[in-house]
Amino acid sequence: MRIDLIAENADLFVTGISMTLKLTVMSLAIGMAIALPVAVLRGMRLPVVDKVLRGYIFAFRGTPMLVQTYLIYYGLAQFEFVRDSVFWAVLKSPFNCALIAFSLNTAAYTAEILRGALEATPKGEIEAAEAIGLSPLQVLRRITIPGAFRRALPQYGNEVILMLHGSTVASVITIQDILGAGRTLNGKYYLAYEGLVTAALLYLALTFLIAAAFGLGGRKWLAHLRPAATR
Amino acid sequence: MDSIVGYGPILIGGMGVTLAVAFLSMALATLLGGVFATLSLRGGAVLRSVTTGYTTIARGVPDLVLMLLFFFGGERAINTVRAAFGLERISVSPFVIGVLTLGFIFGAFLAETFRGAYLSVPRGQVEAAQAIGLPSHRILSRIIFPQMLGLALPGFTNTWLVLLKSTAIVSIVGLQDMVGLADKAGKATREPFVFMLAVILFFLALTAVSGHALHRLERRHRVGV
Repeated sequence: MRIDLIAENADLFVTGISMTLKLTVMSLAIGMAIALPVAVLRGMRLPVVDKVLRGYIFAFRGTPMLVQTYLIYYGLAQFEFVRDSVFWAVLKSPFNCALIAFSLNTAAYTAEILRGALEATPKGEIEAAEAIGLSPLQVLRRITIPGAFRRALPQYGNEVILMLHGSTVASVITIQDILGAGRTLNGKYYLAYEGLVTAALLYLALTFLIAAAFGLGGRKWLAHLRPAATR
Repeated sequence: MDSIVGYGPILIGGMGVTLAVAFLSMALATLLGGVFATLSLRGGAVLRSVTTGYTTIARGVPDLVLMLLFFFGGERAINTVRAAFGLERISVSPFVIGVLTLGFIFGAFLAETFRGAYLSVPRGQVEAAQAIGLPSHRILSRIIFPQMLGLALPGFTNTWLVLLKSTAIVSIVGLQDMVGLADKAGKATREPFVFMLAVILFFLALTAVSGHALHRLERRHRVGV
């Protein structure tokens, strides 16, 4: 192991970390903005809308994120009307394409997590809210959604980790994320281990941090579910 | 659109490669899962911490990073050893590396699944079997395994569905699987959208068919549990 080469090129990994975090956080934020309405709408079981949403979720959960990214990055450029449209300014950048693919992907998984959590709302909570005169929208905003977020926390923590790991796909379409930095370092000095081992350790550390953060969050927001003695 | 017809036979070959990678790595994952579940249940302190280390790495490092590390690092390591014996350089096969990496990663998930299933078989049944004098290997084969099957199936199904999609990354180290071939064909014909759409439909069909079959199996094994 040439530790000196890793240290010399530390800036490569610093920019890599910020790129990975930027991609992951932005995808998760956009994904959540899509997932919440999708989950609520699915709970309403509207005739046509439900079929469309189920199709979307099935398509994105049933295929590899790598292929979804290829379809958007390479695939859309096939069509002249896409290249001529105003969207081309957005779609010609690999970052934007990765962001679109990742957001739509994590939104599909998050929507299913949230739907399960929404459905698990105890009936009594809703009845109590109705009894004190809350409107359906107020019940949703004040009772069902906050409760669902709590219940979804452990599973969502997993999804965040999967998104972090999935974001490595970005390096395949030339984005310099953590994996991209590792591959660049290896390519520069014809190394086999150093860059990739560093990338692996960085991802491992980030995974631990996320797991710890969600663990802390769970202690705070799910305290009512633990046995009384340990509270 | 016509181009995909011409590439049909090649793409079907690619599907075969994808399926071969998926089946072989699932078999390896099942084997590793069984071994490491046994180690974490029966092993001493050292073996248990080996298991913890294994699951931490396999589940904490992204699949693509592990695969590239196994591919480039593995090749360098093998050639360093070969050079020491005066042998010439060889290149490792992306197929073998793909199967090893996916088997390694999903073995950790299955180890957890199998461990959980074993622990979910009620202890009272084992004690009852001991009380009527069944030898321990028979308790395992007659009491624990049949029930573990039903308990582990949902986790097994889940792992298979995730593994199936993970096979796509093997194309990145140069394996000509469905994804790799479609990528090449798409660039050659300047119709990447058509070919990637074909890949998407292929994966959706695989997910739907195998998910349906495994869920049916789950229902059958849930009877009586």
